Amino acid sequence: MNFQDIAILFFGLLTILSATFVTFSPKILYSAFSLLFTFFGVAALYLILSADFLAATQVIVYVGGILILIIFGVLLTARITNLEILEQTQQRFIALLPIGSIGLGLILLILFTNWPINLLPNEPTTATIGKKLILTYVIAFEASSVLLIAALIGAVRLGRERNDENVQ
Amino acid sequence: MFNNLQVFLIISTILFILGILAILTRKNAISILMGIELILNSAGLNFVAFSKFSSGNLNGQIFALFIILLAAAEAAVALAIFLGLYRQRKTVFVDQASELKQ
Repeated sequence: MNFQDIAILFFGLLTILSATFVTFSPKILYSAFSLLFTFFGVAALYLILSADFLAATQVIVYVGGILILIIFGVLLTARITNLEILEQTQQRFIALLPIGSIGLGLILLILFTNWPINLLPNEPTTATIGKKLILTYVIAFEASSVLLIAALIGAVRLGRERNDENVQ
Repeated sequence: MFNNLQVFLIISTILFILGILAILTRKNAISILMGIELILNSAGLNFVAFSKFSSGNLNGQIFALFIILLAAAEAAVALAIFLGLYRQRKTVFVDQASELKQ
């Protein structure tokens, strides 16, 4: 068991345990904070998989952007005086049976499939990703920038107070 | 020992299952959004694991990059919708907002 195995075990367990807490915690604010550890764990797994640029992007976008948005959403959609923002669940045991069987099936499928092995060398990826984005995937790249602008404008439009519409 | 494709695929499967469970059982809309984020993370982890062990090139990492981008756009729009819902109905529990008209 070398250092890489210990790192994979540690970050895999961190990811899974914090994701379990996200799903089952009775307080929604705790599960939002637990999502932080899931995102960091996935970023560390990206690093182990030699995806350095992607790990940095994961930390910047998920932890710096999406998580802050989610925590703002939790705090803005609850009554501030109500400190215990409780969460209700429904039909937990009915859902557990089919989902658990699907998960068991997927894990058995993963274990008994003969996957092709074609290793990627451990080297910096940023330059190659940049070249591929500009050359091979340029249409997807441009379309995604249009999508981001549209989502931004839509979010601002949806999030505005309602009586602003009459002012114009 | 752990540095093979199956370990990462199993981690991402467990993340996917937990995300589906959060979507199915939670009532608060923001918890459902967190479940969606878990599922998108598991898909990205799958792409990167296959890119490392199975394909030998970086196309999987670029797909994971686009997944992160789509997750950001989706989270912004979804939270704006939830804020609008809360302003109108005073709730974000999806079972209390199951009708389109009031």
